[in-house]
Amino acid sequence: MAGYKNTGYEVVIGLEVHVELNTATKIFCNCSTEFGGLPNTHVCPVCSGMPGVLPVMNKQVLEKAIAAGIATNCTITQQCKFDRKNYFYPDLPKAYQTSQLYLPICRNGYLEIEGDNGPKKVRIHQIHMEEDAGKLSHDAKSGSTLIDYNRCGVPLLEIVSEPDMSSADEVLAYLEKLKSTMEYLNVSDCKMQEGSMRADVNLSVRRCGDPELGTRTETKNMNSFKAIARAIEAEIFRQIELIEDGGHVRQETRRWDDEKGVGYAMRSKENAHDYRYFPEPDLAPINISDEHLARVAATIPELPDQKQARYVEDFKLSAYDAAQLTRSRHLAGIFEQTVALCNLPKEAANFLLGDCMRLMNAEGREAADLTFSPERLAELLKLVAAGTINKTTAKAIFEKIYAEDIDPVAYVKENGLEMMSDDGELDSLIAGIIEANPKSVADYKNGKKAAVGFLVGQVMKATKGKADAGKVNAKLTELLNK
Amino acid sequence: MQQTAKELKAALAQGKTTAAAATAAYLEEISKYDGVYHAYNSINTAAVEDAARVDERLAEGLTGLLAGVPIAIKDNIATENLPTTCSSRILEGFMSPYNATVIEKLAEAGAVILGKANMDEFAMGSTTETSYTGITRNPWDENRVPGGSSGGSAAAVAAGLAPVALGSDTGGSIRQPCAYCGLTGIKPTYGAVSRYGLLAYGSSLDQIGPIAHNVEDCAAVLSVIAGYDEKDSTSAEGVQFDFAAALNDDLRGKKIGLPTNYLGEGLNPEIRAAILAACEKFTELGAEIEEFEMPMMEYAVPAYYIIASAEASSNLQRYDGIKYGYHPESFTDLEDLYLTTRSEGFGFEVKRRIMLGTFALSSGYYDAYYQKALKVRTLIRQAFDAAFAKYDAIISPVAPTTAPRLGESLSDPLAMYLSDIYTVSVNLIGIPAIALPCGFDSENMPIGMQLLGKAMSEETLVNLGYAYQQHTDWHLRTPELKTELNTEIEMQKEAE
Repeated sequence: MAGYKNTGYEVVIGLEVHVELNTATKIFCNCSTEFGGLPNTHVCPVCSGMPGVLPVMNKQVLEKAIAAGIATNCTITQQCKFDRKNYFYPDLPKAYQTSQLYLPICRNGYLEIEGDNGPKKVRIHQIHMEEDAGKLSHDAKSGSTLIDYNRCGVPLLEIVSEPDMSSADEVLAYLEKLKSTMEYLNVSDCKMQEGSMRADVNLSVRRCGDPELGTRTETKNMNSFKAIARAIEAEIFRQIELIEDGGHVRQETRRWDDEKGVGYAMRSKENAHDYRYFPEPDLAPINISDEHLARVAATIPELPDQKQARYVEDFKLSAYDAAQLTRSRHLAGIFEQTVALCNLPKEAANFLLGDCMRLMNAEGREAADLTFSPERLAELLKLVAAGTINKTTAKAIFEKIYAEDIDPVAYVKENGLEMMSDDGELDSLIAGIIEANPKSVADYKNGKKAAVGFLVGQVMKATKGKADAGKVNAKLTELLNK
Repeated sequence: MQQTAKELKAALAQGKTTAAAATAAYLEEISKYDGVYHAYNSINTAAVEDAARVDERLAEGLTGLLAGVPIAIKDNIATENLPTTCSSRILEGFMSPYNATVIEKLAEAGAVILGKANMDEFAMGSTTETSYTGITRNPWDENRVPGGSSGGSAAAVAAGLAPVALGSDTGGSIRQPCAYCGLTGIKPTYGAVSRYGLLAYGSSLDQIGPIAHNVEDCAAVLSVIAGYDEKDSTSAEGVQFDFAAALNDDLRGKKIGLPTNYLGEGLNPEIRAAILAACEKFTELGAEIEEFEMPMMEYAVPAYYIIASAEASSNLQRYDGIKYGYHPESFTDLEDLYLTTRSEGFGFEVKRRIMLGTFALSSGYYDAYYQKALKVRTLIRQAFDAAFAKYDAIISPVAPTTAPRLGESLSDPLAMYLSDIYTVSVNLIGIPAIALPCGFDSENMPIGMQLLGKAMSEETLVNLGYAYQQHTDWHLRTPELKTELNTEIEMQKEAE
């Protein structure tokens, strides 16, 4: 059967992604945007909605929004303005959110992703600027709700895609691309765990070939890419089963409980909003001149796609490795600096995508949080290339560089880790091993070629791993074949 | 204690009094008369100490038109040291954590705050009768309203309980009480005075402005409070009024338009006569008066009430019982908290306008009401632009009647809204206007007129008003005050 995983259905997904901008101050006041402060310490009369206050636009927000629009191939709305979105909730001190509805800053863009059936454009309907709300925490002990306004007024971009994705994989590819693009632009940290990137998934299914779109649901509250993938998978099959059982999908907002692995519909009351949008009278309309646009465009760095192509071209890396390296601006930065110092692109890529990734994944660390210096890595790669240390030693040293940014040259010297460069010494050692292991030698001569591995191991053991295993193998083979 | 700020400044300069003594004298007057008139919601008990500090600064050489001058502040302007309540239960006792920009400017200039003046709740009303703290009485007749919404500010100045006051004007709230109380007031160009710290009613319409006995005092206050403020994105850059050159009676070459359709049906004939007499006076002074027809007049009030109410419905959402202000004793859940807080915390006129505005912005009605009102606003702007291409100013009545009796207006809200017909266009298009007394009716109630100018033409308006007052004495008349109410009239009213 055709369709999504042979179900006979196809899936239609659009995303609303919120990214928190990494400006130092909030969108309409001078309070810090720093994450994790004590509750209500980053607040002022403006962001806590005191009577009589007025917003003043943070110009940095506009710069970053324009950059995001240009990098996602959008048209920038040169005469844009803010609107008020009205609703009551305790995390929203003014009871309206200053956002953009009628004239959003960016429109009609796209991102290119690697889709299920090859390259694909995911269109972006619009990007708009808005302010974040505060955070509520429910204190079970006292039965009360506590409000923290620190996040109130942190600038957000909401990036609304067209319904152009057809699977969880495509959604992840889009989100990865969006995340790396925002990261490259230095627009947002896009950390899902800290809430600086959030995605709402609009999803519907329809029988293959059906021209009509199915009824969509909106799923919220996923805080990792994995959770998004699980939520999508669950929602696809929930909708298909509903339809197969003769039911209908209800248009509703759903919350995903990742621990239980189930989504559930929110109360319909929470869906019945009339936001009564109208133009924000407290902020003058924004006029963006052609010169202003050009100025921002000039600040846009090489983006992941361009970087990836260059890595393949200049460094002869595989497309896959190039894509992995360029996913994060920080990782690509370390790579490029390392290569500039040692001119060993393949080796640098191998370390960064192999050992470095493994260590990062084990710790759940992001590339942005890496602390070692490219100089150390370059020195390490040079030591390997010069034959001073072998790969096993190099891996061990890299762990120390990763953790403590140690100087590999000094470390090798202090711990006597240089490979045996004296062939004479190695030859006599090998001769000794052959003499001490007649059984293995006999096995080898009787056709059990694997026996050489044991002998290599013995030599490496005797040299405390400081010999070049390849060289040992060659010398042994030569001697045994005599 | 009827004196102008200028007279007080002269007395200070001559060493006849001190700011502290003058302030103490005003507090004395307030304690004597405010029981009857209720111009104030709260009194600054530290005013004399504040004034003594200004005396020290004066001794050190502080100059300026308001240095040492006491002032009353409308209760919708945020002050750190006195409650800011908008005369609403929902903000009863609310202490603002910051000062409005105009308050900072007044303090810097050495003005002394006497107290916070009563007003219609959230500036919604034309009589100061919608105040939660009780009505304010007109110093000219205690059985009449002082006008609104800045009725407390006007009553304070008219009764000599402050030489000058700050009001705010969203649809006539400075000018109409000035007309009812025989005072002079300026509604400045939108953006001329910072709104930072003005508790918003209609954000695109609100402006803070002065109320005083005469044009010169208004100009003095306005020159202190006007100017660009980086905390208000809608404030205009480069505003710097210099009224010194405007304070003369030379009106040669000035052309004033008189919209004849403003003098038609619905206007009290005594007011009509007073306006025409004022036109004659301007002609005598060398100005040219030309009659013309002002289009769009009948659409201004509906457009105004839709826009003002729509903005108000959003602006007043923050009064939700969560962060500050009125909080009900008991509630069942979040929605009940909102409902109870706002049902019990707001008065009827505020609720009426919130509902009107909420409706006008609702999906399905937005285009028919709000969007249409914005179009009307554009057409009104075009009509005024055309008029100002010909005239330096437009002369107009402020209100169709003199001050109504207490209780008369509230029974018919539509009639009350329609009485704003001469004032709301000014706010819709953000132009300045000055209201000043131009006569008295047969019952000895003051009559006001207003002069409208194009954006940032305050100096021209001050010139016209100042010249008029140099040659008339309406603004010099003062009411006879009562120290207690005639209870007979009160009981009669209650019996009705």
